[in-house]
Amino acid sequence: MISAQQLSVGFRARRKEHLLFDNLDLHLTPGELVCFMGSNGVGKSTLLKTLAGLLPPLAGKVNAHNKDVALVLTDKITATNMTVYDLVSFGQYPYLDWRISLSPSNIEVIEDALRQVHLESLRNRKLSELSDGQLQLVMIAKALAQQTPVILLDEPTAHLDLNNRVEVMNLLRSLSRKMGKSILVATHELDLALQTADLIWLATGDKKIKTGIPEDLVLEGAFDEVFQFKGFDLKTGKVDHEAHRKKEVQLLGTNYSFLWTKNALERSGYDVVEEAEIQIKVFGGSKIVWKVNESQFESLATLLAALSRQ
Amino acid sequence: MGNSSIALKFVCLFLLMILLFWADVGLGSTNIALREILAELVNKNSTAGEIIWNFRLPKAATCLLAGAALAAGGLLMQTLFRNALAGPDVLGLSSGASLMVAFVLMLGQTSVGFLAAVSSNPWSQVIAASLGGVLVFVLIIAIARFVRDNTSLLIIGLMISAGTSSLVAMLQFVSRAEDLQSFIIWSMGSVGSTNWQEVKILALVVLIGIGIAVSQVKSLNALLLGESYARSLGINLSSSRLWIVVSTSLLAGSVTAFCGPIAFVGLAVPHLVRLAFPTANHKILLPLAAMGGSSMLLLCDLLAHLPNRTQVLPINVITSLIGAPLVIWMIIRNKKVSV
Repeated sequence: MISAQQLSVGFRARRKEHLLFDNLDLHLTPGELVCFMGSNGVGKSTLLKTLAGLLPPLAGKVNAHNKDVALVLTDKITATNMTVYDLVSFGQYPYLDWRISLSPSNIEVIEDALRQVHLESLRNRKLSELSDGQLQLVMIAKALAQQTPVILLDEPTAHLDLNNRVEVMNLLRSLSRKMGKSILVATHELDLALQTADLIWLATGDKKIKTGIPEDLVLEGAFDEVFQFKGFDLKTGKVDHEAHRKKEVQLLGTNYSFLWTKNALERSGYDVVEEAEIQIKVFGGSKIVWKVNESQFESLATLLAALSRQ
Repeated sequence: MGNSSIALKFVCLFLLMILLFWADVGLGSTNIALREILAELVNKNSTAGEIIWNFRLPKAATCLLAGAALAAGGLLMQTLFRNALAGPDVLGLSSGASLMVAFVLMLGQTSVGFLAAVSSNPWSQVIAASLGGVLVFVLIIAIARFVRDNTSLLIIGLMISAGTSSLVAMLQFVSRAEDLQSFIIWSMGSVGSTNWQEVKILALVVLIGIGIAVSQVKSLNALLLGESYARSLGINLSSSRLWIVVSTSLLAGSVTAFCGPIAFVGLAVPHLVRLAFPTANHKILLPLAAMGGSSMLLLCDLLAHLPNRTQVLPINVITSLIGAPLVIWMIIRNKKVSV
């Protein structure tokens, strides 16, 4: 496992110490997915590299053997001709001597890692032919092939579209559960982290890390302090809208059709209140319709157009 | 993956190398057929036997060794620095060698009495070149201990080259015309002036260099992922960097000492090999680069002999003339080149 006591993290340049984190006590539990959040430049990558033993701590101690930690970094891999299989097989390098010949048991581990990320069919693909999302899965497979109890990932969802981001995070969560690995993901993608992490490490501005489950930290307002949201309310998960039309509407309905209608109205500058002169009814079902007084609308666009004419 | 196709191409390249070796021994101002070559190998006393034993065979062997050494050294440097423009001379070794040879050739022979005695020794150029290479090598190793990343090392190597080159230019400016000419001829490279004793030394050093390179294939593969990943895979970066630099120094240094600064082979052959063989594994790339380098230099030496003339063009003229269009053609065909 991995833990750290009185750990101070940073780097030395020109004989000056740049302290990023001071006096941390951290540990990772098997089977848990931890998201490490903080604003850009706070030192997430530096802490990750220190935990992995790539950088010396300024003070304190990391209790982990080099072979206990697998890394997925943001470094771009440009090697010509390298295939998916080549890259995953690097995971077994710590177990090989200088001749790097793969034994059947090494190959079994590599195959298993490929299966876990569902990339068996792409094994002979060159890295240059992969999408960013696939490349990230290959890097995760490499980390799995290292057979370490701990995996540290630095921004694994950067540059990915929403679908791939969700896939990567879901995969990491299921790997932590299924294989009992400790997985630490440094990310600044709040929405995804809040919905997938078992635990959040939040880098606060004072060189410390606050830990807690996502919901507790949201309710405490811990994120608001760190991220200084500009027009985003984390507790409702919504972007603030100004009711610039100064018009109140009342909305009746249920479920997601109600929520998305409310969203559309607020975004268009209406104030949705408990009771108002204008009353909008949402009828859910296989075909959603909206009624204002006696007029019926087939889409939100036509509804909004009619409201703005009133 | 296409292992069998790689194996087939591997064998083809080996056969090509053998063919070129035979052609290099057989063809020249006097053409000698294969059957004759084999007969003359046992009968050293005839004229043809003498040509083969004292001229053609050491020359072909030098091409074989020097080509392999330069291409392997180039591969090591391109991987260590993850830079497509790196070659065996980026560490500044050949510049160091040039500087020392320039000293001996341009100052020694005519102006300074002490050096004149040195330069009349037939080994003087070899010793001077080795000395220059070793000096730069010691400098690089000393610096390598203080710089953290490979890119800085690369830039320092280039700066050392630039510095020594300007010293060489200064020497050229003050030296006499005939000394200048002999230096320029040296700097154009030559594979035809080695005797058996020199070939033996070259073979020994090149084999040691390649042996060290082979011991580093695991680190070389891991270095393709960058330094952070390599370290996280349990590679001891400082020791493998040291061994890779030592190996390249032996390979490039010994070739420069015996043949002068042969350009282009070390830069171009690793690219040609990577473009022709779809692998990123140095266990395969290293022997391929060595065989490719040998083939390339043998081919260049063949072309350096003008038909029906006893005159031979300098090897550097040919290596770049053949190599440059070849690399351009392969890049256009494959669209992209990287390490």
